[in-house]
Amino acid sequence: MAHRWGMAVDLDRCTGCEACVTACRAENNIPTVGAAQAATGRAINWIRVERYWEGEFPDARLTFRPVLCQQCDAAPCEPVCPTYASHHTEEGLNAQVYNRCIGTRYCANACPYNVRFFNFFNPQWDKPLQLQLNPDVSVREVGVMEKCTFCVQRISAAETQARADGKPIKDGDLKTACAQSCPATALVFGDLDDPDSAVSRLSRSPRGSQLLGDLGTKPKITYLARQS
Amino acid sequence: MSEADRRITDDLLRPLLSTSARFWVLVVFLGAIVATGLGTWVYQIYHGFGMTGIRWPIFWAFYVTNFVFWIGISHAGTLISAILRLVNARWRRPVTRCAEAITVFALMIGAMFPIIHLGRPWLFFWLVPYPNQRGIWPNFRSPLVWDFFAITAYLTGSVLFLFLPMIPDLALVRDRTTGWRHRCYGVFALGWRGTTTQWNRLEAAMEIMAIAILPVAVSVHTIVSFDFSMAPVPMWHSTIFGPYFVAGAIFSGIAALIIAMAFLRTFLHLEEYLHPVHFQNLGKLLLMMSLLWAYFVFAERLTVWYGNEPSEMAVFRVTQRGAFAPLYWTMVVCNFVIPFPILALKKTRTIAGCVVASACVLVGMWLERFLIIVPSLGHKYLPYSWGVYRPRPVEIIITISTFAAMSLLYVLFAKLVPIISVWELKVGSHPAHRPQTVEERDSEQALFVARTES
Repeated sequence: MAHRWGMAVDLDRCTGCEACVTACRAENNIPTVGAAQAATGRAINWIRVERYWEGEFPDARLTFRPVLCQQCDAAPCEPVCPTYASHHTEEGLNAQVYNRCIGTRYCANACPYNVRFFNFFNPQWDKPLQLQLNPDVSVREVGVMEKCTFCVQRISAAETQARADGKPIKDGDLKTACAQSCPATALVFGDLDDPDSAVSRLSRSPRGSQLLGDLGTKPKITYLARQS
Repeated sequence: MSEADRRITDDLLRPLLSTSARFWVLVVFLGAIVATGLGTWVYQIYHGFGMTGIRWPIFWAFYVTNFVFWIGISHAGTLISAILRLVNARWRRPVTRCAEAITVFALMIGAMFPIIHLGRPWLFFWLVPYPNQRGIWPNFRSPLVWDFFAITAYLTGSVLFLFLPMIPDLALVRDRTTGWRHRCYGVFALGWRGTTTQWNRLEAAMEIMAIAILPVAVSVHTIVSFDFSMAPVPMWHSTIFGPYFVAGAIFSGIAALIIAMAFLRTFLHLEEYLHPVHFQNLGKLLLMMSLLWAYFVFAERLTVWYGNEPSEMAVFRVTQRGAFAPLYWTMVVCNFVIPFPILALKKTRTIAGCVVASACVLVGMWLERFLIIVPSLGHKYLPYSWGVYRPRPVEIIITISTFAAMSLLYVLFAKLVPIISVWELKVGSHPAHRPQTVEERDSEQALFVARTES
């Protein structure tokens, strides 16, 4: 029952509403660092929506690109970690073992997408956000790196349930928080090893490309966009 | 013992046997700065790493700059002194120990920085391959683990290389002192009595170490450069980095050596031992390294500019013409424009001239390391995630305190050990009476004979 989890991001559908960013924050116990720290580059966003302007005013067009960990098959962050805190799981996920991380931050430098974040201080939440922490996700202490896990807690729960039920996971039953919350279904999560899954079909689309794919990182996220 | 020998011994042991008030003032002053630095580090650990100016996406800055800078300075000693020993340059004798001491102390300081810059420094030992209950080794594919091995090997080698030729001098100090000092120096003199067997073993050991330390020194800074060149970051991922870093390291190392020697000459009154010719010769070496450095920078920049690869050009532009341009051009001025004429002209290649050039080189080389690290991290591929770094007080204080730590260790060392090798200087002054290597004896005797015959 091996899976190869991946995602397709349809940029033509993305409205830039940032529901994914909010859902991710709630699901994954991401600390709020406050406005002052955020202004100095300490904000943590496992998924961010990049905004790009095309053309000159008044003929300007705004496009969005949600960027999260690309779960690379040849991830530059993995070999550089001296303690195996950043490592490849058997299902091909880029896992971050918080307890093993000593905070060299080398992984963040090696990552071409800048999707890795450092805990500059112990985590804190603006009240009353501390009351909604997800019990399935550990909070991270000062000095460790963190990043998008593809909601690994949902993946392992679904796999455990599927094993108990003796049935495979049905395509669409398992979604990451960002994909679940996307009102335009711009984000589609699923098993790339299943040729009939929605994500597999979208990944084969002629509109598809990979972010910085020419670096050879082999991302498991495909971006779909109208070809000009 | 001849008159000349007695004078050498008296002059060189004077700093060990008499201590002025000025020494204690200096030690307290430097010690206070070092204590402030250590306190600042504790403050940073207590309040969190956010006290530094590090931010997304610039995750390495001052501390890694200092790491590379100090490991670079450490190439002063062992490498230079090993080369000079192997080629039997006779003017090396008063220089070698000053140089080797710089190596050991600069390495000790440099090796602190990977720990200071950790998010969780109390777990630094996870970089060490030690058998543990969890059965986890460090990741041998990580350049940071290579760093650990390279630095450990280099530190061990350079401590041995410093210590071996110190043994006869420690024995000399042992014989000149009484009481607890006598006992202490006795322990470190390892029972040296100056027998022929002991001299032969010492010579053999030093020859082995001089040869063994060279590849280690070259590999250390190559591996430090691998920390950068292994990552797919624009303008880091370059094959030139190994030799470029080694050349830069030797460059800054010689500069540090010249400054240390000028201080020793003035404060310990060693004018008779550290002659202008020593500065002249080291000045020529510095000149050569300055040219080599300029060549490497030119080669690196030209290939990037000519290749015109967009992600690299972003970094190129910001260093050459953008926000980092003032620092970049200061670096070029300090590393080449000022030192080159000073060191090229014989008239200005004086002690003062060499010191001015060296001070510029130290500033320039520190900037070089900073400019390799920060602009690239702030301008990686996606323009959305570019960032600007500003250092915060904790980083500045810790950086300054390491310079004080270097000075303090050096001052204490010069107080405890003759900073100029007494026995090697005596060997230099009369070849016939001292045990030495065969080639050295032959060449010196030939010179002696030629001189007496003419």
